[in-house]
Amino acid sequence: MIKKEMIAMLLAGGQGSRLGVLTSNMAKPAVAFGGKYRIIDFPLSNCINSGVDTVGVLTQYQPLRLNTHIGIGIPWDLDRNIGGVTVLPPYEKIGNTEWYTGTANAIYQNLAYMESYNPEYVLILSGDHIYKMDYEVMLDFHKANNAEVTIAVMPVSMEEASRFGIIIADDNRKITDFEEKPEHPRSNLASMGIYIFNWKTLKESLLAMADQPGLDFGKHVIPYCHERNMPLYAYEFNGYWKDVGTLNSYWEANMELIDIVPEFNLYEEYWKIYTKSDILPPQYISSHSVIEKAIIGEGSDIRGKVYNSVIGCGVTIGEGTVVRDSIIMNNTVIGDGCEINKAIIAEQAVIKDHVRMGIGEEAPSELNPGIYNHGIVTIAEGSLIPENIVIGKNTVISGQTEVADYENGYLASGKSLLKAGEK
Amino acid sequence: MRAIGIILAGGNNHRMKELSKKRAVCAMPIAGSYRSIDFALSSMSNSHIGKVGVLTQYNARSLNEHLSSSKWWDFGRKQGGLYVFTPAITSENSFWYRGTADAIYQNLNFLKSSHEPYVVIASGDGVYKLDYNKVLEYHIEKKADITVVCCDQTSDMEVERFGTVKMNEECRIEEFEEKPLLAKTQTVSCGIYVIRRRQLIEMIEQCAREERYDFVRDILIRYKDVKKIYGYKIKSYWRNVASVEDYFKTNMDFLKPEIRDYFFKQYPDVYSKVDDLPPAKYNVGSQVRNSLIASGCVINGTVEDSVIFKKAFIGSNCYIKNSIILNDVYIGDNTHIENCIVESRDTIRANTYHKGEDGIKIVMERNDRFMM
Repeated sequence: MIKKEMIAMLLAGGQGSRLGVLTSNMAKPAVAFGGKYRIIDFPLSNCINSGVDTVGVLTQYQPLRLNTHIGIGIPWDLDRNIGGVTVLPPYEKIGNTEWYTGTANAIYQNLAYMESYNPEYVLILSGDHIYKMDYEVMLDFHKANNAEVTIAVMPVSMEEASRFGIIIADDNRKITDFEEKPEHPRSNLASMGIYIFNWKTLKESLLAMADQPGLDFGKHVIPYCHERNMPLYAYEFNGYWKDVGTLNSYWEANMELIDIVPEFNLYEEYWKIYTKSDILPPQYISSHSVIEKAIIGEGSDIRGKVYNSVIGCGVTIGEGTVVRDSIIMNNTVIGDGCEINKAIIAEQAVIKDHVRMGIGEEAPSELNPGIYNHGIVTIAEGSLIPENIVIGKNTVISGQTEVADYENGYLASGKSLLKAGEK
Repeated sequence: MRAIGIILAGGNNHRMKELSKKRAVCAMPIAGSYRSIDFALSSMSNSHIGKVGVLTQYNARSLNEHLSSSKWWDFGRKQGGLYVFTPAITSENSFWYRGTADAIYQNLNFLKSSHEPYVVIASGDGVYKLDYNKVLEYHIEKKADITVVCCDQTSDMEVERFGTVKMNEECRIEEFEEKPLLAKTQTVSCGIYVIRRRQLIEMIEQCAREERYDFVRDILIRYKDVKKIYGYKIKSYWRNVASVEDYFKTNMDFLKPEIRDYFFKQYPDVYSKVDDLPPAKYNVGSQVRNSLIASGCVINGTVEDSVIFKKAFIGSNCYIKNSIILNDVYIGDNTHIENCIVESRDTIRANTYHKGEDGIKIVMERNDRFMM
């Protein structure tokens, strides 16, 4: 058997509840991003581009979309005779069967998987960030410092620092202390949730800490290693890294892709991002359409006007429809004469003719102002909106709605209409 | 399935002019994201033919690259698969393929070692969708020795570059002329044949003994009065792309909604190799009307009534009209292109003017590319 120097464990079980209805049927890593991709494509592509060809993907929350997307790993060249991608869901055991109760607990429950490869190093990743990173460079840093654990960190502004786990390191990047979401941060190096462990260290720590409820890397395992004076190092990363945890940051990250030369460039030959894509024809742009500042996926049929938007694959936009500042995901159909302003419309939704959304004054969401804000209209996967409906800002719609569901054909700003469970 | 497939993909054609310098006709890009051989391969796959041999000879680099994996057409199975046969020197034979029949003869073991009773032979330069099972059923029903798929061309089409066919009322082929000087009918052979495997082996071996090498001339035409050769007419869309004019027209056909609907929306699908390309990007100043845009393109200028293939870059203030821009072309700012086919991997300098005055102009420019 070919010895694997480093294998990756990709945590993809989280719900990502701050993405609202986008994650009601799928885990956050499976959410579509940038027209044709899904969030998990970024860490998976990073793995194969960094020469890491053995990846365990830990799933728990709504794994179906993730499973079908990953398959046997063909799009990322992760269909290997030895290694490749393995989906690792929680499983029943003799005694002590439990869900994955924390990030480190999930890894602990899959010690046997890692043991079967017996690597030198284990890379721990999370499946919910947008970035391009060469893990091999991080590994070189890890080896050069004779570290037992290396944590990838990123400089953030001091104001933001209190939202992150903060790492305090000396001039040689050796970690001296850390703080979880401190009020008065002593450093601006935020942990990115990317770790390289020596396999022996990881195994020993996980076994020692096994009984800790909700075993978590940041809260338990890293402090455990630190207490025992193991050499911990901080690897500073300065590229593009975006947490798309909230609807607004998700919307912003998508919009950044359509800048003339985006900071995060998908068009470089070097460091390609791979995704499972269907075999689709090119997109058709009709004689009456106008497109300005947009990216559009394969197989779409555009007859209307698209400004400043990210359009997925196989999307239909009808005649006379105007789409502005919006994200439209795969296979959604929008009828004629619609007006779409600052909306996130998930996959396979159907918007009938003359629907207008993102209209009127902003009002805080009555459902959850912490999730639905910044005036974004959110339409869940597979929703249907009948003709001539007018929809306000900060609104949410999910399910097959009918005219009768709307008061006078109008959904005011801040309102929500959830008809889940009817399909 | 009851048949194996053979795709004749060897050909070059002087009617393709400069376009054939880079590739065989079968590897010509079609409709933004396909190659012409995809249509035959997809039809084979959709007809549940699991074992397909592709016979190729002329400049096969581009074709081989396209066929580097058989998984896109679902031929990557334990049973059957996709086989690419290029000419090889053996102890008995050191010739190139001297014709289509010779190409099959040199790979006769492929036929002999199969067990399926029938063979579907198709040329790789047609754009169509066809259920070969229907042809096979017809073949069996007619008790035919060979069935030739035919198609009526409209009277304004020049058919002199095809094989023309005349059938009697029972659809038996009475006359078959290969590339006639003056065609007597508008019915042409599509280059798709169904034949019993043992019958084919016998005929090919006989041909080889007589030092005859061409399937059409030395089998179809020579045997037409001895063997029962029937025609099967298709009414659906069929085009051959082996001339610059037809290649251009076929691509432009895909701007029509009914053609796109037929190929892309209706069952069955057409498959092709998937590239890892980002979505197409439209920057400020782009104006696109009635065009097909493939993935990976970056558009800054105006595009009208055109087909833009994968990964093309169109500079600011460009005007592209009624043209085909093949894969990975870079077009500098302020360039005018009208009635042209721009060869793949070209780099067109800024501020240039290309226009096909009478007919289609083929643009081949090998400038250095400084970009990104």
